[in-house]
Amino acid sequence: MDWWKYADTPLEKFGLMFLAIALFVIVMGVILVAVDRPKRVPRWLVTLGFVGPALLFITFGLVIPGVRTIYQSFFDNRSVEFIGFDNYVQAFTQDQFQIVLRNTAIWVIVVPVAATIIGLIYAVLVDRTRFEKLAKALIFIPMAISMVGASIIWKFVYEFRPDQGNIQQIGLLNQVVVWLGFEPQQFLIGQPANTFFLIAVMIWIQTGFAMTILSAAIKAIPDDIVEAARLDGLKGVQMFRFITVPSIRPALIVVLTTIAMGTLKVFDIVRTMTGGQFGTSVVANEFYTQSFRMNNIGLGAALAVILFVLVIPLVIYNVRQLRISEEIR
Amino acid sequence: MTSTPTPPIASEDSLTTQGASGGPRPVKKLSRLEKRAIAAKGKLSSPWASGIAILLAILWTVPTVGLLVTSFRPQIDILSSGWWTTLRDPEFTLSNYEQALYGSSANLATYFVNSIVITLPAVVIPITLALLASYAFAWIDFKGRSILFVAVFALQIVPIQITLIPLLRQYVQWDIAGTFWTVWLSHSIFALPLAIFLLHNFMKDIPPSLVEAARVDGAGHVKIFFRVLLPLLVPAIASFAIFQFLWVWNDLLVGLTFANPDSRPLTVAVADLAGSRGGDWHLLTAGAFISMIVPLVVFLALQRYFVRGLLAGSVKG
Repeated sequence: MDWWKYADTPLEKFGLMFLAIALFVIVMGVILVAVDRPKRVPRWLVTLGFVGPALLFITFGLVIPGVRTIYQSFFDNRSVEFIGFDNYVQAFTQDQFQIVLRNTAIWVIVVPVAATIIGLIYAVLVDRTRFEKLAKALIFIPMAISMVGASIIWKFVYEFRPDQGNIQQIGLLNQVVVWLGFEPQQFLIGQPANTFFLIAVMIWIQTGFAMTILSAAIKAIPDDIVEAARLDGLKGVQMFRFITVPSIRPALIVVLTTIAMGTLKVFDIVRTMTGGQFGTSVVANEFYTQSFRMNNIGLGAALAVILFVLVIPLVIYNVRQLRISEEIR
Repeated sequence: MTSTPTPPIASEDSLTTQGASGGPRPVKKLSRLEKRAIAAKGKLSSPWASGIAILLAILWTVPTVGLLVTSFRPQIDILSSGWWTTLRDPEFTLSNYEQALYGSSANLATYFVNSIVITLPAVVIPITLALLASYAFAWIDFKGRSILFVAVFALQIVPIQITLIPLLRQYVQWDIAGTFWTVWLSHSIFALPLAIFLLHNFMKDIPPSLVEAARVDGAGHVKIFFRVLLPLLVPAIASFAIFQFLWVWNDLLVGLTFANPDSRPLTVAVADLAGSRGGDWHLLTAGAFISMIVPLVVFLALQRYFVRGLLAGSVKG
């Protein structure tokens, strides 16, 4: 009786999909009908009907596995022997992993800062111009496509052809390099610059996000502030420096921390473009490699926990800043 | 995380159209926003500013255009000359797409179906569950409500990596590893914290008097949920649905971990292609575009909702 597990033809797959949705609708329907008797059903049961399913999912899929992974990170690679903090020591001391940590640090600092600056500048430049909508959509489109797609797009831009005879470059960046009179480069192989060429892809993706949030924040600056500043003779760059940036400070922090959190977990780009070779790996990618390729369950778990721990200060900072800005209001 | 302002979006359209009419304006009192629009117009007339804006726009567009153009060029041309030379002797073909979709090495048509099959339930299920839960968090008074809500809120930041191995083991134990069921379940779980948080914020914005009135009329929570709240929440649901749709469709990690070679989505198949046939640009460019076309269409058609969802809660990673 395996028909509900495996589907081969498209028809079977769609059938299975509708079956799953129907099953879900029926189960939820039964729950809701059961609690839809205001007088007869006790209130805790109604509450359970509403929050129960979601909490069940979350407990099963996030809380329990999370605790298990933390537990596993103190065991050896076969999850048999307790080895204390050895996995963490390994992750922080071995050369191979120090490169990984260094790369992650570079990613988490460079991507948010660069994406935010570019997004902010662009948002200010196109704000209330004739082409605003189109201009924004152009920057925003990379947000809609997968990181795998973006990686392929940029891998093609970086494509390298040896510089000999009639061979023409087919990667745009190397063609530009050749036009400028230099030798073509293997952008994805030369360390340590290759990490920055990967980072460029993430910046390319995240700038649209930064721009959208910041643009909305700029539009929300009260008119009287702008007006008063103008009467005081502020113009152009000064206006940007003394009015725009301070006014949107909360939005800037949200954007920076949100992108930093996303960047910390980035894995698709590294995996698709270099597979983590040539010294480009980051924690999220190394987690995957260790857990699923090398079968180093303990070490993989430790890397996942490190990832989790690294997110926490970002969130605390974010929440604290939000609270401060709400108090001011 | 929710303090990012939402209202300006509504006024965007009215503003952008105003700048277009360059001719003499009818004599009337200008609104404040109009004044500001006129004042701001001076900015882009500075050649530096417009130069930078145009440069950025080009930088952000050209790589994608390059991929698109390349995917329609014959294989030999792709490998012998850059796509920017196409203008000199344009020659286009659809055979790359044919090979990428149905060729034995790529066979992306199968995975395209998988992506659709994975995505629909992975959008419908978490939204339904999150709607119900966020209703309870917003409108049912129960013990421990705020602590539970804070816990769910905090779970947003848990990197899904930390859950993968134990989840996979559980699926293996249940003998369902690699099936669509595990992919649906996993995506639904990972979406829930953010979904509950976002929808709860929208729910809270609905005037309590509406809910009170229904309650006085004797309606239970189920009726209030369906008759009063759900119709008002359609835009919010649409925002999150698009968000979740793009997230699931574009996901690599969950698909890679939980799907087997028969049930894997497009992203996994295309990433695989990039790893194993990295030099076959005719397949890669067409494949990448096949994986991008659906999210692009959805995004361009429903941009407004997408932006609203983004502004409402920009925390998922």
